[in-house]
Amino acid sequence: MVTLDELKTGEKAIIEVFETKNLPFKLIEMGCLPGSSVELIHKAFLNDPLYIKIDESYLAIRRETAKEIFVRREIKI
Amino acid sequence: MSKSINIALIGNPNTGKTSIFNALTGLSQKVGNYPGVTVEKKEGICKLDRINKGYIIDLPGTYSLNASSIDESIVINLLLNKKNKDYPDVAVLIADVENLKRNLLLFTQLKDLGIPTLLVINMSDLMSPKGISLNIPLLEEKFETKIALVSARNNEGLDELKKLIINYRRLPTKPLISLKSINKTYFNNLEKTFPDQQLYKLWLVITQDINYSNIERNNVSITSGLKTESPSSLKRIQQKETIKRYQHINNILKQGLKVDYKKAKDFRNRLDRVLIHNFWGYIIFFAILMIIFQSIFSWSTIPMDFIDGSFVYLSNILIEKLAPGVFTDLLTEGIIPGLGGIAIFIPQIAFLFLFLSILEETGYMSRVVFLMDRGLRRFGLSGKSVVPIISGTACAIPAILATRNIENWKERLITILVTPFMTCSARLPVYSILIALVIPVGSVLGFSFKGLALMLLYLSGFIMALLSSFLYSKILKMKFKSYFVVEMPNYKFPLIKNIGLTVWEKTKSFVTEAGKIILAISILLWILASFGPGREFNEAENIVKQTYPSLNQIELETKINSFKLENSYVGKMGKLIEPIISPLGYDWKIGIALISSFAAREVFVGTLATIYNVQNDKVETIKNKMASEIRKDGKPVFNFATGVSLMLFYAFALQCMSTVAVVKKETNTWKWPAIQFFSMTLIAYLISLLSYQILS
Repeated sequence: MVTLDELKTGEKAIIEVFETKNLPFKLIEMGCLPGSSVELIHKAFLNDPLYIKIDESYLAIRRETAKEIFVRREIKI
Repeated sequence: MSKSINIALIGNPNTGKTSIFNALTGLSQKVGNYPGVTVEKKEGICKLDRINKGYIIDLPGTYSLNASSIDESIVINLLLNKKNKDYPDVAVLIADVENLKRNLLLFTQLKDLGIPTLLVINMSDLMSPKGISLNIPLLEEKFETKIALVSARNNEGLDELKKLIINYRRLPTKPLISLKSINKTYFNNLEKTFPDQQLYKLWLVITQDINYSNIERNNVSITSGLKTESPSSLKRIQQKETIKRYQHINNILKQGLKVDYKKAKDFRNRLDRVLIHNFWGYIIFFAILMIIFQSIFSWSTIPMDFIDGSFVYLSNILIEKLAPGVFTDLLTEGIIPGLGGIAIFIPQIAFLFLFLSILEETGYMSRVVFLMDRGLRRFGLSGKSVVPIISGTACAIPAILATRNIENWKERLITILVTPFMTCSARLPVYSILIALVIPVGSVLGFSFKGLALMLLYLSGFIMALLSSFLYSKILKMKFKSYFVVEMPNYKFPLIKNIGLTVWEKTKSFVTEAGKIILAISILLWILASFGPGREFNEAENIVKQTYPSLNQIELETKINSFKLENSYVGKMGKLIEPIISPLGYDWKIGIALISSFAAREVFVGTLATIYNVQNDKVETIKNKMASEIRKDGKPVFNFATGVSLMLFYAFALQCMSTVAVVKKETNTWKWPAIQFFSMTLIAYLISLLSYQILS
């Protein structure tokens, strides 16, 4: 398991768990839930903020928030 | 007999809610404020059929009923209070077809409140290009509602929506989610304590201040004794609830929604690749800014000259036609030049709002937020500060209101404090006229000196904003976990109707608001300039005649008029502050303009126009009048050093009562507007002093 910010650009993963105390509730309401699929679309200059896609929602979050979200990398066959 | 139905439009941001509102109400809409807060309230009337009339209220966009900002709390306050006159008979939830799942979260919450809720799936025109297919009957059955497929862009499905609204009484109002399945003990207890209240409503009231603590709850007096659980365990229940809702939605969508991903060729990806590129993204953004400013200034010159000329013409006509007297003087010397001073910058404001609303409507603004976040964070700001900072070039007031979606209070406060440094449109007439007077004709590298001077003034406002936010971020001791969640909406071609209505609304309210102040100040000024205390004013004619017996009639009249002005009430005021402002290169007449500018800086030109008009009866354009002003030593008053020092003063001083009022409202204390006012004025004074002393 890695944190969301460790994904490479274009890489997809499944959200496993997150540090709920430090995660804005808003993000959960936007669909950031265990089991949701997530894709890291783009990293801004200096790798912060991150442009991600959770299910159908396209969001930008900061790196420090992404560090609280643990994901399982999609295994490529 | 016509019947009226209260309708609330509610939905996530970027779902085209406003487009549907515009399509339903058109020009019947009006924009006001919710009582006590400066959140925009948009209402309108829609004829549903021959009998039924809909009163539509367009609620601020929200992702859920758990408020985390003032705008969102407005939505909840309305929905929790059945006695509110705007309480909806029917709620219309607008969802975006591409993001149904997230939009439905809010839908299930609304349903659970027991409000009849219709589901509108908007942007239905995108279904086939994106490979989306929906099983509407199944979705209607499982979500216990009626669904209208609408494309506001193509004007499709609106009649169907109106029919569904008329029949709102047939909508089921049973809750969708059982709260007890989330935490049996807690919700059973709650139900036992308040058997006559609706469970979800109770729950919303209890959890509101977990995320947002400013909500007044005078309408639901049931809070005491409810907080048996700690905030953190309530928060856990809230998270469980959200997960539960998503599970419910997912289970239904598995059957009712099919997406063929192969079909979804992505326009977004291709545009994003360029627009948020780590290098080209910035270049494009700055190029867009340059184009915007360039076009604002070149396109608005023609209508501005026309407006300026028209007001002079009007004054001249009135002087000819009306009988001479106090009233004519007030009209031609006070009111008309004063109003002309604001009418002249209608074109620039309209253009600025036009560009801002295009950036917003196309979805590009969110990309700018993304691009700028890292850089602005260095100065204690957030990427979201971009919107207020850019809007600040139109007017600081809407810009300060636009800070509301900055989640982190420290970043938001700093943005509020520094936004007034941005060159707002009220400074423009001051700059335009002073640049025309004191900056020489000529050019370097194809840019005219005058254009460059204006650019430098904009730039210095921006740099000062950055510098002071950096200082504030170091001085202010606040610990806040920085939250930053921005939705990156799809790119859309802007709807002309939406943009037209925004530009019209904003310009109209700006002109009427500023117009009121300017009108009042022009009248006041004229009175203060036309009357005076003591012998000097009342016997001006005799005194001047005795002092200069050799002058001819015209020269004598001019002398008398200026002697009168000097000894009028306003002249005394100007003289009083002259010692403070003369090191900056200003005389007492500029002092008068400065005093009145503290109400609103846009009155500067109008004030000078009034003062110089009172002084000599000939009506000319304001610029000519200013150019012909001469100091005692025979040199023009508006020379290079004075002009520059004056422009810098206007660049940095907080001369706007409305801004002070809005900052007070938004920060809920006089402390911040006071700090802002005094620090900005001090900076302005010191910089003007320095520049005048160096240049003169």
